[in-house]
Amino acid sequence: MRRLCAVAVALGLASGALAGEIPRAERRSGYEFMSRETRAMQDDDGANPGLLWVLEGETAWSRKVGAAGRACADCHGDGRASMKGVAARYPAFDTTLKRPVNLEQRINVCRTERQQAPPLAYESRELLALTAYVARQSRGLPIDIAVDARTQPFLDNGRAAFYRRQGQLNLACSQCHDDNWGKRLAGNVIPQAHPTGYPVYRLEWQSLGSLQRRLRNCLVGIRAEPYEYGAPELVELELFLMWRARGMAIETPGVRP
Amino acid sequence: MIDASGSPSRREFLLAAGGAAAGVALASVVVVRPARATPATMQEAIDKVVGTARVSPGRVKLELPPLVENGNTVPLVVRVESPMTETDHVRAIHVFAEKNPQPNVVSVFLGPRAGRAGVSTRMRLADTQTVIAIAELSDGSFWSDRADVVVTLAACLEEP
Amino acid sequence: MASALIRVPERARRGEVVEIRALIGHPMETGYRRTQQGERIPRDIIRLFTCTYNGTEVFRAELHPAIAANPFIAFWTVATESGTIALHWTGDNGFTATESAAIVVE
Repeated sequence: MRRLCAVAVALGLASGALAGEIPRAERRSGYEFMSRETRAMQDDDGANPGLLWVLEGETAWSRKVGAAGRACADCHGDGRASMKGVAARYPAFDTTLKRPVNLEQRINVCRTERQQAPPLAYESRELLALTAYVARQSRGLPIDIAVDARTQPFLDNGRAAFYRRQGQLNLACSQCHDDNWGKRLAGNVIPQAHPTGYPVYRLEWQSLGSLQRRLRNCLVGIRAEPYEYGAPELVELELFLMWRARGMAIETPGVRP
Repeated sequence: MIDASGSPSRREFLLAAGGAAAGVALASVVVVRPARATPATMQEAIDKVVGTARVSPGRVKLELPPLVENGNTVPLVVRVESPMTETDHVRAIHVFAEKNPQPNVVSVFLGPRAGRAGVSTRMRLADTQTVIAIAELSDGSFWSDRADVVVTLAACLEEP
Repeated sequence: MASALIRVPERARRGEVVEIRALIGHPMETGYRRTQQGERIPRDIIRLFTCTYNGTEVFRAELHPAIAANPFIAFWTVATESGTIALHWTGDNGFTATESAAIVVE
């Protein structure tokens, strides 16, 4: 498996399907594995609880903050137009930090550098609201992660993490999500793990939450030590998962069990 | 009884030891149960609303998914057949759960201005159980429907 | 005030039965959960939801902890006249919220 990965990468076949990867025609969003009722909750714009955060994000977008007294709207105008397509290409390479950053981190870069305001805490209501608002503007658009010489090493790290056995249960992500999707684990159907709906309203959390929160849950689930929020390992895994889901439509705000 | 030597007799000692052991055993067996309604407490809650009136099955339709992915948010729909006129309408709909920590879920109060008797909401289910919806009509009669729901837990639980 | 999303039809025919939908952000803390230290997290729920139509109450719901977080309620009402449909929520710890929408009835 690893050798095949290395060879494929060496031949610049990063965009090709690798052994074990779900073929494009079989890629299905977690939406398709949910019950009719949960799907209805996501589809209904008058009843999707995630939209409460999108509404708050819309308000926060126009709020002037920080020493610079600037709102997102002051630079970016109407978010509904300017943010279209943004979430579909995140995580993206940050030329200053020289590594990929996810949407939450990108928002905080704006906060600290442009608004001169303190960064928002991960999983805080306001950061989730802004992320949800921005990501909502990509709803329906296909995920499109840029793969080039700069992002390749990080993508490879993320891929390695996905296929690596870890934790007390010694499980790799791929064992459930590539090899056994569609089958049941303790009464729930195993999804393919495509991050199409993030930030997502998870019924388990009774709240909106980020992809990193979900990944930390998975790590706890296999009894591995979860990385801290914002850890480069988590961003690399996010980058890989988004790349793996390339071409699939963003559903934010998704609803998941 | 302690004999003249000041030490307990073998019989006392055994009784004391047995008692202590039994006491310890009892103490270790006492279980702190999480609060749970039972069919009996649910019945009490229903009686509080209904009084001594008879509750007849029918006219009410309670919709719940038979198998629920997560008990935290379960969509629930109740509909009652009724012309909803001044003289013939649904006054209230009450929903009860059998095995949640407490039996009441929601009570809605309607009248002829509702036009249609029904409500849609989302509830929590702590366990696989039966949910009952009871409608009170303007003529004082009570009608009901019940639904059995299987609740499974998420496979990979988060740390609280 | 908490975020809320309401759906009230903008217009309706006189006598038409219309659906009203309301979603509000609220944790609906049951009072049965405990922290990792074993301390009970106190109850904090919305207890009452009412709908008034030009000031007259047309719907009332008494909520218990068994109602899920971010409570969603949908119900019906007869479009009797043009005016304002107002939704009110009240709950523990002095929680109140109101959202209203205009309806044109012809």
